[in-house]
Amino acid sequence: MTAPARELISFRRIGAMVLRYVYLLRGSWPRIIELAYWPTVQMILWGFISQFFTTHSSWVAQAAGVLIAAVLLWDVLFRGQLGVSIPFLEEMWSRNLANLFISPLRPYELIVALLGMSFIRTLVGVVPAAFLAIALYQYSVFDLGLPLLSFFINLLVMGWSIGLVVSALILRYGLGAESLAWIAIFAIAPVSAIYYPVAVLPEWLQPVAWALPSAYVFEGMRAVMFEGVFRTDYLLRAVLLNIFYLGLGSAIFLYAFRVARREGLLLKMGE
Amino acid sequence: MDAAVIRVEGLTKRYGDVVAVDAIDFEVKGGATAALLGANGAGKTTTLAMILGLLLPTAGTLSVLGQDMVRHRYRVLSRMNFSSPYIDLPRRLTVAENLTVYARLYGIGRTRPRVRQLCEELAITDFMDRTLGTLSAGQRSRVALAKALLNEPEILLLDEPTASLDPDVADWVRQYLLAYQARTGATILLASHNMAEVERMCTDVMIMRRGAIVDRGTPAELIQRHGRQTLEEVFLDIVRHDGGEGARAAQ
Repeated sequence: MTAPARELISFRRIGAMVLRYVYLLRGSWPRIIELAYWPTVQMILWGFISQFFTTHSSWVAQAAGVLIAAVLLWDVLFRGQLGVSIPFLEEMWSRNLANLFISPLRPYELIVALLGMSFIRTLVGVVPAAFLAIALYQYSVFDLGLPLLSFFINLLVMGWSIGLVVSALILRYGLGAESLAWIAIFAIAPVSAIYYPVAVLPEWLQPVAWALPSAYVFEGMRAVMFEGVFRTDYLLRAVLLNIFYLGLGSAIFLYAFRVARREGLLLKMGE
Repeated sequence: MDAAVIRVEGLTKRYGDVVAVDAIDFEVKGGATAALLGANGAGKTTTLAMILGLLLPTAGTLSVLGQDMVRHRYRVLSRMNFSSPYIDLPRRLTVAENLTVYARLYGIGRTRPRVRQLCEELAITDFMDRTLGTLSAGQRSRVALAKALLNEPEILLLDEPTASLDPDVADWVRQYLLAYQARTGATILLASHNMAEVERMCTDVMIMRRGAIVDRGTPAELIQRHGRQTLEEVFLDIVRHDGGEGARAAQ
């Protein structure tokens, strides 16, 4: 009746999990609207702040739209993380983990499915806000051109790493830790240099910022906008750090899964 | 098929100082219907979870269909399945969506006809397009059973298979399972509190108490050995001998 499940990775099983999350999203319009809601509200808010600063700050006046670009890219990072953590939480809320892991689904296939779903959720969340920024403020983040693609991918991947660590903690400590999904990422916001350069930070904190891919992305964004220069050195460092963090995040998730099997947590999960 | 398809030797699960399953040994032969009976906290679900690979044993060996379930569980997971009222399917997905996802996870080639066929067999076609959260407990149990049969498993593990079902539906499910077994030669291992169900369905009964198997045999053998009239009386004998320790351990 069933196909052999001996292959190391099955795109059919990964596709099945993505389909499961698409069904969930498709079945609820409020969920889809919710995805775009916060990025849009944030963009509108920072759009007005930008308009104010453009006339009161020579720094912002040099590159109108720098704050809107920053907030949109920050939301890529945030949505990327939520896109991993929320579908994982859905499995916990619905007490479905045991059913999943008695099927031939491998934990790393679940990881790939979560990352795929994060990509979809991030696009649904951020793209409408980006288009609305053109209509409302005549600012198009797409004017950043090809560098935008590198910024988007790097921030998305960084969001994945954080999402995997958050999911691992929820798997290990149960739904008592679920609020981490919404708050964990803000711990790195001050050192991500989203709205200000890394140089603004105290000297002792700057190495922390430079250990994060996000700092390179936002510095790189400002380099494009203020100087018209695409810093490939920043891109390279962000990519290398992301490879490291994504590997680390995946390893932590897989370790948490093994602990869950040892402690019998997969059967106990639920609201 | 007489060879053992489930083989357990010295299987132990400890959580700190608490011994949930205490060095049990048993085999289940292919095509048999076996049952684990015991009070709450006796170790039935823990044993099932280890057989499924959801839980790592502390000690002992466990093989299913000739494969070591600790090291090579993925070689056999597509040939077995499980249903329990204590784990759920996503309630915001419809019945058809749930079954489609699981059919794909189990690598079933023609998903749609298989899902439809099972829905017809289990009389759930009428609510295929309803979300699981809108169904009654009994309807959800039938959907869970459909999920467990999607891959036509050679080994079917069931935890309380007829809990929350009306007596007539429960009876129908039991008949369905027996017919399924007769047709496919599948092995069924169930954990249950329903003595009449076990007496009717099972040819091999293992009674667990405080993590150990304390007696084993056919229902008739157990009844005769304990000098009782029914399996329920045998069960009560053993549980009362436990002095309620099992229930306290479960708490």
